[in-house]
Amino acid sequence: MKRIMPYPLMSLALLAIWVLLNNSVTPAVLASGVLLSFLAPLAYGALERPRVIVGNVVSIVRLLAIVLFDITRSNFAVGTIILAGRRRERVSGFVQIPLTMTDPNGLAILAVIITSTPGTLWVQYDSRRQKMLLHVLDLVEPEYWVTLIKDRYERRLMEIFE
Amino acid sequence: MIAETDLPPWAAILVSLCMLGGAAITLIGAIGLMRFKRFYDRVHAPTLGATIGTGLILIGSMICFSVLETRPILHEILIGVFTTITTPVTLILLVRAALYRDRVEKNDVPIDE
Amino acid sequence: MSSALILHWSLLAAQAMIAGAMGLAVLRMLRGPRAQDRVLGLDTLNVAAMLMILTFGVRTGSAVYFEAALVIALAGFGATVALSKFLMRGEVIE
Repeated sequence: MKRIMPYPLMSLALLAIWVLLNNSVTPAVLASGVLLSFLAPLAYGALERPRVIVGNVVSIVRLLAIVLFDITRSNFAVGTIILAGRRRERVSGFVQIPLTMTDPNGLAILAVIITSTPGTLWVQYDSRRQKMLLHVLDLVEPEYWVTLIKDRYERRLMEIFE
Repeated sequence: MIAETDLPPWAAILVSLCMLGGAAITLIGAIGLMRFKRFYDRVHAPTLGATIGTGLILIGSMICFSVLETRPILHEILIGVFTTITTPVTLILLVRAALYRDRVEKNDVPIDE
Repeated sequence: MSSALILHWSLLAAQAMIAGAMGLAVLRMLRGPRAQDRVLGLDTLNVAAMLMILTFGVRTGSAVYFEAALVIALAGFGATVALSKFLMRGEVIE
């Protein structure tokens, strides 16, 4: 089974993308999609990437809901900052955040989450010192952002990936 | 004039709200791009259009085509997934490039230890 | 007011707003002041152009526009990544 289908989740995702792209579920589309989802992961396997171990689905769904909520909330927060213009005092700046997570996949997802949320931006990560540099648009106090990222996202991502 | 789409009233109102909301948020993001004074502040502004702005317009488009063809048309999800993955990648790369240039010119940015 | 009329005017307003966003992005591209600001403007212009094409798709009820929007999203991603890479190293492929 491992030999025919090394990455079952990836095959499933490819089939889903193929069906969405064709926008129909006819036998011809399904057949070509299944063929594609068998062949492409074989080529991917040749790259010898480390396997991704994913935790339970419940925590993934919970994280997704939290992220969607935060993105919506920050959209309105940044929107009011933009429309308020110079009437409101605002300080932006960089914050160093020490991270305990080392899993590269988890860090990649964390970068996507932080950058997709308006108002915060992942700038760079130092793997030797395990610190990441964050830019915040509305920096009230640095401590708030450190606890927010560590408690709200990093802890949940470590549940999923480690 | 190109043929206009004809939707039932509930769908027309729903699609209209999605389109107006998404377009308004994209416009606010672009205003931020002009208003902010520093480059690192400006990078935050386009995220508005790339997240909720794109999301609302994609949802509007999905509702519109699903009602028109009376079957679920969901291929807009692909654009949504794609922009969710690519927007952070482009922004992080761009900010790192800007940070590198500022460090070379010894501007006021955190140094690389 | 008929539903076609509601859709017509709100789409027109949405397109005007997106056009405004595109105009502001172009202005940022022209003004700079530095290269990274111009690249950021170009990226914003790309996203706004993709949204504009999607609104045209809803206006005409034709699915052809979807492919165009997907292509703009793909091409825009490649362009911004290449430009950022160029700003960092002075070369696109090292």
